[in-house]
Amino acid sequence: MALRLPSKVLEHILSFIDSNEDRNSVSLVCKSWFETERKTRKRVFVGNCYAVSPAAVARRFPEMRSLTLKGKPHFADYNLVPDGWGGYACPWVDALAAKSPSLEEIRLKRMVVTDECLEKIAASFKDFKVLVLTSCEGFSTDGIAAIASTCRNLRVLELRECIVEDLGGDWLSYFPKTSTSLVSLDFSCLDSEVKISDLERLVSRSPNLKSLKLNPAVTLDGLVSILSRAPQLTELGTGSFAAELKPEAFSKLSKAFSNCKQLQSLSGLWDVLPEYLPALYSVCPGLISLNLSYATVRMPDLVELLRRCSKLQKLWVMDLIEDKGLEAVATYCKELRELRVFPSEPDLDATNIPVTEQGLVYVSKGCRKLESVLYFCVQFTNAALITIARKRPNLKCFRLCVIEPFAPDYKTNEPLDKGFKAIAEGCKDLRRLSVSGLLSDKAFKYIGKHAKKVRMLSIAFAGDSDLMLHHLLSGCESLKKLEIRDCPFGDTALLENAAKLETMRSLWMSSCFVSFGACKLLSQKMPRLNVEVIDEHPPKTRPESSPVERIYIYRTVAGPRMDTPEFVWTLHKNPEIGVSRLAIK
Amino acid sequence: MITELEMGKGESELELGLGLSLGGGTPAKIGGGGAWGERGRLLTAKDFPSVGSKRAADSASHAGASPPRSSQVVGWPPIGSHRMNSLVNNQATKSAREEEDAGKKKVNDDQPKDATKKVNGKVQVGFIKVNMDGVAIGRKVDLNAHSSYENLAQTLEDMFFRTNPGTIGLTGQFTKPLRLLDGSSEFVLTYEDKEGDWMLVGDVPWRMFTTSVKRLRVMKTSEANGLAARHQDPNERQRNQPM
Repeated sequence: MALRLPSKVLEHILSFIDSNEDRNSVSLVCKSWFETERKTRKRVFVGNCYAVSPAAVARRFPEMRSLTLKGKPHFADYNLVPDGWGGYACPWVDALAAKSPSLEEIRLKRMVVTDECLEKIAASFKDFKVLVLTSCEGFSTDGIAAIASTCRNLRVLELRECIVEDLGGDWLSYFPKTSTSLVSLDFSCLDSEVKISDLERLVSRSPNLKSLKLNPAVTLDGLVSILSRAPQLTELGTGSFAAELKPEAFSKLSKAFSNCKQLQSLSGLWDVLPEYLPALYSVCPGLISLNLSYATVRMPDLVELLRRCSKLQKLWVMDLIEDKGLEAVATYCKELRELRVFPSEPDLDATNIPVTEQGLVYVSKGCRKLESVLYFCVQFTNAALITIARKRPNLKCFRLCVIEPFAPDYKTNEPLDKGFKAIAEGCKDLRRLSVSGLLSDKAFKYIGKHAKKVRMLSIAFAGDSDLMLHHLLSGCESLKKLEIRDCPFGDTALLENAAKLETMRSLWMSSCFVSFGACKLLSQKMPRLNVEVIDEHPPKTRPESSPVERIYIYRTVAGPRMDTPEFVWTLHKNPEIGVSRLAIK
Repeated sequence: MITELEMGKGESELELGLGLSLGGGTPAKIGGGGAWGERGRLLTAKDFPSVGSKRAADSASHAGASPPRSSQVVGWPPIGSHRMNSLVNNQATKSAREEEDAGKKKVNDDQPKDATKKVNGKVQVGFIKVNMDGVAIGRKVDLNAHSSYENLAQTLEDMFFRTNPGTIGLTGQFTKPLRLLDGSSEFVLTYEDKEGDWMLVGDVPWRMFTTSVKRLRVMKTSEANGLAARHQDPNERQRNQPM
């Protein structure tokens, strides 16, 4: 006699399971569990919008309330993916409008969103509450106005680093006078000035507003006025901090900040003049997150600010902080979990070195809870990496960008193999790793051997041969996303490890030596992979052994996509056809 | 001296054979075949001016930023375009501001650039930059690790052209030895000295060269015609040329 859990009981149990990874496991147990799970899943995450069709997702999850979608490959952030590549939100919105009218939340990353799409969202989902667009493009402030005016219960509207056609600041006035539901508003990426009176009124009638990120066009006066109306804010992104220094302006600003007793997160601070920083001192003791990465302020001023931030967990800063400033961070910010140090000069030829490996060593030694690092500097040493690994085995995310390509350990002239070996071996919970500097195949042998939990790996200008890729694909068990540029290998390792690619979300390779012939073979061998070649010149007109510019390989159950532009070729599964562009517009 | 050449050799024993022939596309390490020549070189921004979003570069020029820098590779360093735009804008306003300040008051300290160099300056001593025509990414070479022109030429040939199995130079091409020094190949080695003049390498004693060289350039022979040797007439140059 088979005992079966009544579906109502299973439903109740599942209501406690939030993680989609767990829910995915649940759905694999048996058909009835699959059914119960799919009917109860509210938050759906699709990491690659081309891995599955919108209709299939809408069909599978009838109770979906929240959808998160990601489009372009990560390297699109660095201009490596040509415009027009794809990642369109429209087909998804169309499918959802038809099948999931109760949808409340949409979060999109690296996707192309049009004004029509935004208007459709506004018109189709009666109870729409949350729109978060990260690194998206293709829309104008008109689309934002449509959302603002039509979504009566809008709680969250966040535009994070989007490229928006800015037609003016009027969109803000489209929030109805009756709307009081706003909890979070982020328009920091827009250029145009909004009417400060509109903003004041909106803020005044939004008692639940907790997070507000202004754009650089908002002046200090505007900021003071807003803060006085929203002292309950927990997250603030300031506008421009540069203005004529007037004594009464400073004291007003200081007072405004000191009234914000719940402020935990601070960002913006574009063009901040060091003379204004003391106005922030009152909020420092309560700050958990501080983004100074747009503040071109020198080390002494930064230290004065940071030594007051004893609760700080997340710090983003420019390399102007220097090693000395990072030493201060190590001393005063004992709760630090995440550190990002960005370059102040993007110049590859720059010879001044504000931060060295020593800065990161200080923080690794002093901040016991440090688990996430993004660090740009000119050069590094194996010794420093070994120390960092030893001190911080709890690192989960380690992204080191040695700006000088192929830079060896500058003290010993050796490759940085030993250092990254230490990181891979010592940090057993490492989920995300970016390597740089001079690296031989050996480094990747170590990474393949030890980095068992790494899910995302980024590599540039490294390695000697196909062995490098072979080590990674045959070793890293948890690998889901691999992105590689300018590395000297291609076909053999890729074809040898073809099966691995189906266990991963995607593989990006650009400026490597992958031949067109190998791409074709891979595509024919692996029916559930889309092998896309991004190349200005039609691959067919070149010899099979010639390298292609860029390839993007991802697993999918949706087959080849129909929206590729002229420079993207999906390699056909049928060897006779070879290459098809299936561009049906 | 870049040592990965030695390290790489040990690993090259492992063969990744698939029994496939892809038009001669076997990996480089299994007997350096001519196949690599067909593979083309390392592709960088210069090769694909139209492919690849140039949004960042465009907005930079609109902001009236400084002229493009010498080594511009697409997407490197990996900074998001928003941040890149902001940096470029900062540089423009910073230089404008610095000019103002310089005019207003007497500058006691050095410019910020030099100050930080003093505080943290661990610039690689003995390393000088090497660029090659047609290759966007420069390298650095340690002069102190070399004892002669032949030494140096060999290192550069290894760096930029693949001559050893298991390694790949920046151009990815397998060619015969370059002979950068005797003027017989497509490329010549030139250098910029401390006075800013560009010279052919090999005309002065090695020691003198290492003290006066600022940076190196592997130039196309066809473009190097204007370069004169310093303190030498053509007859002397023949005599002093390393054999």
